[in-house]
Amino acid sequence: MVRFLIVRTLTGLVVLWLISMSVFALFYVVPSNVARTLGGRQATPETIAAINERLGLDEPLWKQYASFVGDALQGDLGYDYYHQVPVTTIIAQAVPVTLSLAVGAAVIWLVLGITNGVISATHPRSLADRSLTAFALFFYSMPSFLLGLVLLYFLYFKLTQAGYAWFPPGGYAPLSEGVGPWVNHLLLPWATLALVSAAAYTRLTRGSMLDVLSEDYIRTARSKGISERRVTYRHALRSALTPIVTQFGIDLGQLVGGVLVTETVFSLPGLGQTAIIAITQQDLPVIIGIVLFASTAVVVANILVDLAYAVLDPRVRIS
Amino acid sequence: MRLLEVQDLRVSFSTDDGIVEAVRGVSFDLDRSHTLGIVGESGSGKSVCTQTIVGLTRGATVTGNAFFDGVDLLTAQPDELRGIRGKRIGMIFQDPLSSLHPLYRIGWQIREMIQAHDSSMTRQQARTRAAELLGLVGIPHPEERLDDYPHQFSGGMRQRVMIAMAMALNPDLLVADEPTTALDVTVQAQVLAVMTRLQREFGTAIVLITHDLGVVAEVADDVVVMHAGVVMEHAPRRETFYHHHNPYTEGLFDSLPAVGAGRRRLTPIAGTPPSVIDLPPGCSFAPRCPYAFDRCWVSEPPLARVFGDVHHWSACWLPADLVARTAIRDRLRAETAAAGETAEGAAS
Repeated sequence: MVRFLIVRTLTGLVVLWLISMSVFALFYVVPSNVARTLGGRQATPETIAAINERLGLDEPLWKQYASFVGDALQGDLGYDYYHQVPVTTIIAQAVPVTLSLAVGAAVIWLVLGITNGVISATHPRSLADRSLTAFALFFYSMPSFLLGLVLLYFLYFKLTQAGYAWFPPGGYAPLSEGVGPWVNHLLLPWATLALVSAAAYTRLTRGSMLDVLSEDYIRTARSKGISERRVTYRHALRSALTPIVTQFGIDLGQLVGGVLVTETVFSLPGLGQTAIIAITQQDLPVIIGIVLFASTAVVVANILVDLAYAVLDPRVRIS
Repeated sequence: MRLLEVQDLRVSFSTDDGIVEAVRGVSFDLDRSHTLGIVGESGSGKSVCTQTIVGLTRGATVTGNAFFDGVDLLTAQPDELRGIRGKRIGMIFQDPLSSLHPLYRIGWQIREMIQAHDSSMTRQQARTRAAELLGLVGIPHPEERLDDYPHQFSGGMRQRVMIAMAMALNPDLLVADEPTTALDVTVQAQVLAVMTRLQREFGTAIVLITHDLGVVAEVADDVVVMHAGVVMEHAPRRETFYHHHNPYTEGLFDSLPAVGAGRRRLTPIAGTPPSVIDLPPGCSFAPRCPYAFDRCWVSEPPLARVFGDVHHWSACWLPADLVARTAIRDRLRAETAAAGETAEGAAS
């Protein structure tokens, strides 16, 4: 187990190193006009050279990368080009927003997906099963940006027009302002992110549960005379969780992309929106900072998922 | 009152291919401390039969009665049935590896059984009882093994765990569905020995489902032979072994390798068990029976007393009298052999 952790951490570091190099390289393939943007329309070549020197953009690429890595190892990700704000500060400001969005959505889609999947599997071919399947397919085939816009149109625009201003058009209210406003601002973004994934998890849970329910040990559980509820949740769902955890590990990576779209649609000042602004401005330190942060999150999350296997299945633990 | 009385049990499933009549009018009964062996090939309906009695078949149409200590299990409310299942009727199954939950410790699984029916037991008491049970079925160091998972046990030990779990609440009836089939021959005998020892100690009645006549010979008091959902022959063990009447029973014995009986050609039963969807009229065994004659193809023989013995029943159109049956059987056998030779002669 310790050996496994060490190996996974080392490969994770290699992944991060490769990602940082590629982002750096990619950025320099595109001709930079940061100094021109900063200097303004009438900037003289001298001004631009001065700006480039100040930002360190006149150094050779390898030197820039080396100094970036050197600083990054000390926890310093540099300053953004335009306002000279530390990148770590920018990330620290955006993380609570993204974390609220992602964790909330993940909780909703797991609960919704697993519950619906269990209902479908325990009542196969019933009305409930069929409607849940239809529900799942509807959202499964809908791109999240479209779902976001549809929700905004009906639940914000139309409702507000009708005199029921239940939802804000977007933006974020930190938890420090109270749970109510926080939830209110996040409800539609959560739904946007969660409904699409919940649909996939409903199907996955249903299939997994149906497989498990035909196992011999489920018959044994029933022969013990325990309640059907206990058979479903303690015996069947316990085994059916393994493929769900696998899928969750894969989806964590995709969540980064989903967050990007959802934050833009609902103008949430999270990592996704910050990244998009930074990309349009070619603000390299911010882009690299966010990409590295997101990659680290995904790598760590995947290690946690692998550890979750060991918790879930004793047979993995032994070998 | 008998412990278990099954009367005219019929179980059918509706499938896309048609209605599957898995069990077609099966009756038997069983007293305390006795063992009933149910023998038959795969698909003969023997497992469906017992699983229906305890309410484990889903989506089936069931008719008939199954009185367990006076309660009809087939009409009992789900809650009442659940109270009987596990507490008064214990069950063990064919493959002990797939029958135990792979993700829970053995101790947890046995404890669950105890606590499901006895809420007065504390966790610690149930655990102590679980260890006691493991010791009872002959698992060494039971206290330590409670925290092991099923995959850490060998096949025979797993089946002992299953027995321990099934016997946890001293049930009146133990239903053992092919308990030794998945085990090594040497281990089979040990597992049977554990079962019979517990039966003697606690007076448990056992329904033993198997396709292995050797297992039946070892432990059964009465034997029911099933084929295509009906009882072909029902008799005490000695009768079944030495004076069987039904050609199907005879076929089962002829296909059994006997140790120490000299070199003898094994005679397998021809053909395969019939599909129980759209059964043709007549005896279900007729297409495979070496003694089948005109009547067998027309109507299905009822289960009737044979050889003038009150406890011996057979579903066959051959005469119920021992001498007449043997005479007819030998004549039909000779005719079949002659027909075979003529056919061979014509071919060459």
